[in-house]
Amino acid sequence: MSADVELDHLTIRFGDFTAVNDAHLKIEGGEFFSFLGPSGCGKTTILRAISGFNDPTEGKVRIGGKDMRGIGPNKRQTALIFQNLALFPLMTVAENIAFGLEVRGLNKLARRDKANQLLDLIALKGQGDKLVSELSGGQRQRVAIARALAVEPEVLLLDEPLSALDLKLRQHMRTELREIQKRVGITFIYITHDQGEALTMSDRIAVMSAGRIQQVGDGNSVYDHPQTAFVASFVGENNPLMGKVLSVSTEFVTMDCGIAKVRARNLGKLKVGEEAYAFVRPENLKLSVGAGEGEGSLPSENSFTAPVLAEAFEGSVKLISLRGPSKKPIIASIPNTGDGQHFSQGLLTTVNFDAEQAVALPIGDLADE
Amino acid sequence: MTSRTVMRFMIGFYILLFFGYLFGPLLLMGVTAFNATSFPQVTPWEGFTTAWFVQLLQDDQMIDGLTNSLWIGLGVVCISVPIGLAAALMMTQIYERVRPYYYMVVVSPVLTPGVILGISTLVFWDRMGTAVNAEYESLFYNGMWLTIVGQSTFISAYCMLVFLARLARFDKTQEEAALDLGATHVQVFWKILIPFLRPAIFSAAVLAFLTSFENYNTTVFTIQAESTLTTVLAGKVRMGTQPDLSALAVIIIAVTLTGALVHEFLKQKERMAQLRQEKAAKAAEQELSATMGL
Amino acid sequence: MNDFLIVFTAVLLALLLQPLIQRKAGHLWSAVSAVNFVRKNGAFLSLYLILAVVAWMVFMIILPQLYMVDFSFRNNLPLAEVGGPKDVHTLKNYEYLIFGRETDEELLNWLHLSVFLKTMLASIFVTLLDLALCYPIAYYMAQVAKGGQARLLVLALIVPFWVNEILRAFAFRILFGTGGVINSFLIYLGIWDEPFDFLRADVGLYAGLSYAYILLMIFPIYNAIESLDHNQIEAARDLGAPWWRIHWRVVIPHAKPGIASACTMVFMLSAGALAAPQILGGPSSLWFTQVIYQWFNTGGNWPQGSAYAFVLLIACIAFVMTVMKIFKVTLGEITK
Repeated sequence: MSADVELDHLTIRFGDFTAVNDAHLKIEGGEFFSFLGPSGCGKTTILRAISGFNDPTEGKVRIGGKDMRGIGPNKRQTALIFQNLALFPLMTVAENIAFGLEVRGLNKLARRDKANQLLDLIALKGQGDKLVSELSGGQRQRVAIARALAVEPEVLLLDEPLSALDLKLRQHMRTELREIQKRVGITFIYITHDQGEALTMSDRIAVMSAGRIQQVGDGNSVYDHPQTAFVASFVGENNPLMGKVLSVSTEFVTMDCGIAKVRARNLGKLKVGEEAYAFVRPENLKLSVGAGEGEGSLPSENSFTAPVLAEAFEGSVKLISLRGPSKKPIIASIPNTGDGQHFSQGLLTTVNFDAEQAVALPIGDLADE
Repeated sequence: MTSRTVMRFMIGFYILLFFGYLFGPLLLMGVTAFNATSFPQVTPWEGFTTAWFVQLLQDDQMIDGLTNSLWIGLGVVCISVPIGLAAALMMTQIYERVRPYYYMVVVSPVLTPGVILGISTLVFWDRMGTAVNAEYESLFYNGMWLTIVGQSTFISAYCMLVFLARLARFDKTQEEAALDLGATHVQVFWKILIPFLRPAIFSAAVLAFLTSFENYNTTVFTIQAESTLTTVLAGKVRMGTQPDLSALAVIIIAVTLTGALVHEFLKQKERMAQLRQEKAAKAAEQELSATMGL
Repeated sequence: MNDFLIVFTAVLLALLLQPLIQRKAGHLWSAVSAVNFVRKNGAFLSLYLILAVVAWMVFMIILPQLYMVDFSFRNNLPLAEVGGPKDVHTLKNYEYLIFGRETDEELLNWLHLSVFLKTMLASIFVTLLDLALCYPIAYYMAQVAKGGQARLLVLALIVPFWVNEILRAFAFRILFGTGGVINSFLIYLGIWDEPFDFLRADVGLYAGLSYAYILLMIFPIYNAIESLDHNQIEAARDLGAPWWRIHWRVVIPHAKPGIASACTMVFMLSAGALAAPQILGGPSSLWFTQVIYQWFNTGGNWPQGSAYAFVLLIACIAFVMTVMKIFKVTLGEITK
């Protein structure tokens, strides 16, 4: 059984501080849904509101269509996996897993059966009598998942559960989590500040900043079609070019960014004369050596010259930093073809990009950058 | 180099002197317990005897006092541990702004001289008794009861401090995890909090009992017509002195030493168990990486 | 009788009104948290917590103290006259402490005042003596001794203190008595012929008192010094600081809360000690607690005794406040 979760204009305040501001979305039953955002953006508060530890100041949380106001965490069909796992150190692994059944009054035999069944699922067969302190980090992780699944929740909530693991184990657990979700078929709501985790595992992602949900969509749409400047800069690497909007058509916006005239996709939010950002991803920048006299005499749209600041070799790609109009360098990522070409410091290059691959967005939250 | 050695020697000498001061009087007292002189003294040595131990066992007054002390100790444990626990839990839940004032009130008995606690308990119950015209045999004037209450006043605060120290290490998410898994608050209390606090409950109970057992300052006011081992002892020491007191001290020291050694042994065992667990976790880690091919 | 009811209802009323006052101060949220408290703990636990804490605070801590203070302002009356016309508040118990009986020739009650002053000064002396004695040991245990040795030292410190307070004092009596070990030894050596009465000279008392509170002096200081990173001492030594400067500038500032805590505890316990002065005190010299004890026992004047007890309490509170001011520590740090 899986249930959908609905946030209906949810606002949560602590004193004067607004942790969550008018969050409004619906998570479908059986979906793997992630909240992605930097620390302090309110994603954990949302999770705690769904599990019942925080009350909404305004708005509602609905699980399976039912308003959850006044229903405590122990009465909700949700199970939460804590960031520190919160396993019970004084109980054995099996007792941990069966705790939810114990408090529901199941007898010992039924509890043992269920615990064994779940130990199988998490590949810890026969280790039920160990103490939690005798397990490795990855094993503890899986015990926490089993403990949450034991109560057969309709929604599983995960609060950055992989953050304590080392990199390799973390990548391994991503696939494992996704597999478990497919097997049990319940709704997973996942909190993370790691976009890699969110992009690889989720059906849909909600990107959050400063208590507001910026954009909801699948990995592709969040990465390729950011709706706000924050999403564009937070998800993946991106180069912001600030400028003034010169003209607006249905598909494109033309901006004067100082170093060049920039044409970028129009998302229907900009007006002529407004300050805005054009975002271009590093992999969409094309570099050529020299001042570009070959193609045309005048600097055309989406083309400018910039000197190289540094080159970083990353194996399959090279990252080239270029001096841009702001303090932050412009980064270009070019595939390593093995031709031994170097972009040494000071080298003048011409940068080109397609208007299709650039987006123009209002400055919004990024004004201070 | 030489100044370093001199320094070392001086430190060693000081430590020796210090522990001499600590144990010397007790050792000498121990010796007097076996000297046949009728006054507790080391010299002149009039021969080895265990007569003082026998006399001790025949001393009805002392035995009565001991029995009372044990009952009072038990009563104090039964009152102080639950109160201390409640007070400590309250501390974690009370509004932030009231907390310092609350703490000031509940910790004040620790800093109040014992005689004052005894007097205030005595006066309060006496006046309450007068106000309700209680019988003289009633609880208001009962030395045993007053002693239990008087001692519990500050021993509860000791227990609270023990619990607070343990609670400071409690991971709040444990409680939330249990709730989230469907436990009621009462279940969280019994299944998570109490098991976590169990060692503290044990140490608080031991502390409460021992503190009660050897309390004098509060007891001497509240006990009135009754007596405890300590008040009997004080009376005897003031009246005159007999070597059977030394004999009692020898017994107490023997019991304490055994207790301390057992305690140390258990602690050592606990340390070993912890080491073993850490080892197992490390082994599991290695095994996992091996099977995952990382 | 009426007064009893008035005080009783006043305290009860204050407790009942407290949430209301609170709400006024803290808008609505405190009232909400009161509801949350019951919701959070469930009926059974809420009842237990509130009953236990209120019973303790009201009936064991606050009311008894208030009654003692109230009692100290009353006449010493036989039971029959309690609640009668003579049962009024009076200052005479305090006047007596300061001025003595009106018929006395002296202006002030020097007998009791000097006992009070002596108790305070002697307690300070005992505290400082203990501090001097214990600081090196605490430092050694916390920073110099290694694991096993440190545990052994802790054990060796604790064991003597499980011996009953009375018996410890008794041991000092054996040691310092006229027929005691020290006198016998010194006479044997020929230092003097007549036994010297250490007890009359209060030597036994000071030794016994400082002995009694060694543990309470060492442990807070030990805990404080133990939390000091040993590298800081190494660094100071590396920079060429002599040992005394390391202590003065690095160790002692760090251990300040521990030292304050230890000194407060030792002072309070010395000033409030009763057994040691009774057993080890000279026949002519009194401790203030002994005077109080006399009022309750042989003196049979409880209000007078309550007044003296209250004066002792005030003195102790004043001492704690002073220490807190001087060392700039909070109550929480002292009782750690």
